[in-house]
Amino acid sequence: MKKIEAIIRPEQIEDIKEDLKALNIKGISVSQIMGSGCQRGYREYVRGTEVDYNFLPKMKLELVVADEQVESVVQRIVETAKTGNIGDGKIFITDVLDAVRIRTGERGSAAIK
Amino acid sequence: MNHGDMAWMLVCSALVLLMTPGLAFFYSGMTKRKNSVNTILSCAFALGLASVLWVLVGFSLSFSGDVGGFVGNLNWFGMNFDDLKDTTLACPNTLAFAIFQMMFAIITPALITGAVVERMRFSSLFVFVAVWSVLVYYPMAHMVWGGGFLMKLGAVDFAGGNVVHITSGVSALVLAVLLGKRKNYGKISYHPHNVPMVFLGAALLWFGWFGFNGGSAGAANELAAHAFMTTNTSAAAAMLSWMLIERVRDGKPTLVGASTGLVVGLVAITPGSGFVPVWASILIGALASPISYFFISVVKNKFGYDDALDVFGCHGVGGIWGGIATGLFARKSVNAAAQWNGLVFGDGNLFMRQLAAIGVAVAMAVAGTLISAWVAKLLTKNIRVSRKDEELGLDISEHGEPAYPAFNGMD
Repeated sequence: MKKIEAIIRPEQIEDIKEDLKALNIKGISVSQIMGSGCQRGYREYVRGTEVDYNFLPKMKLELVVADEQVESVVQRIVETAKTGNIGDGKIFITDVLDAVRIRTGERGSAAIK
Repeated sequence: MNHGDMAWMLVCSALVLLMTPGLAFFYSGMTKRKNSVNTILSCAFALGLASVLWVLVGFSLSFSGDVGGFVGNLNWFGMNFDDLKDTTLACPNTLAFAIFQMMFAIITPALITGAVVERMRFSSLFVFVAVWSVLVYYPMAHMVWGGGFLMKLGAVDFAGGNVVHITSGVSALVLAVLLGKRKNYGKISYHPHNVPMVFLGAALLWFGWFGFNGGSAGAANELAAHAFMTTNTSAAAAMLSWMLIERVRDGKPTLVGASTGLVVGLVAITPGSGFVPVWASILIGALASPISYFFISVVKNKFGYDDALDVFGCHGVGGIWGGIATGLFARKSVNAAAQWNGLVFGDGNLFMRQLAAIGVAVAMAVAGTLISAWVAKLLTKNIRVSRKDEELGLDISEHGEPAYPAFNGMD
């Protein structure tokens, strides 16, 4: 199992939702965050002085999927969320040791089916 | 000059003006957060544009002279009027009348915007409102109140059920169809980002409506008190009626539902507020809600038009029901300006004329909207925002101004 953490532009969330539905991904968590990457958000000037580090609103998606699905999910997210402009976001993929479905107590891949 | 009348009319004018910001909040609360500023400004800018247009040409075209029973002339350009003749509406003086009427000319185009929120370009809307006011509102005001042919026919519209609500409601439907559906239509029905704001707007509308209907008596007299009472009663009955419908259908009454219901009741009583007896206003309000509810939940889904905030469902349908109800329940004893009693009292004369007037309003609205939209398209190229802008939200794309800058929300 792998955890996919995708930080994307907020306005892409509707399309990504549709994509994930089409890929039959059942579980997803979405949060609203502020952040910036290498470009440090955007440049703002107050009375002629540059203000450092502006955060921009982004959306973070977190999903845990089976190893076989990782590539297809990542490709889909990249395809849909990409605009070609600075600020498109990042995807991080990490290993997941275990998962539990609280309602039934199932563990492992059964928990994320 | 009667001081009481003048004071009343000026206060009523101020009340009606307050209805436009009230409408702005009512609508804005029901849209997505990312479109809040645009929704409010789409109503609010009418305060500016419609006021200036009224002073320059609107008052004249509505109430000066008569050209073919259809529209007035431009003799009173820039408020250069002599004295008002040839209208059934009383007034303390001509200027007070012009002020009061101006507030109606402001809110009517603002009503239309509810149907096209979240996808119409602001510059296009600006042009549309200017042209629509001239093509639809001023002729309708003239025909119904300014000595034009509907007034001569004997159809009645106490405070604007026809002139304001049917025209804006039907125009809204046409414009919504021209613009096309929003991207997520069918998947998400409504996405109110601020429910308390919806009620705030509805409350301001109710309060202001006492000026809208009460002031249409043109004087501080018994008729004004009568209109005040029918207005409140209809709103109250309609609010309860809507809540009952929700209780029965969904198990729970909602605040948005109660707010919508009361507005529908206010719309429905508008043409008859100074013509029907108070007991009739209970029926008018109580029936307004199920009728509108039916159009919003069944008819809209069946035909699939994206009238985003149900302007046609509430104002169009409510206004049509109100016009018919006036033809059913009007009493000469309430207001001598009615030449006949309503249908339930055994006389079909008024009823038939009401239907005719409704027909004319619908035709004007459809034709005027098509032309206005065409002009807007000519001058602004695209009347609908791009897909990207629709996703970003119109607050950013049209105004560069987020309503709640600290955060973007999914609401």
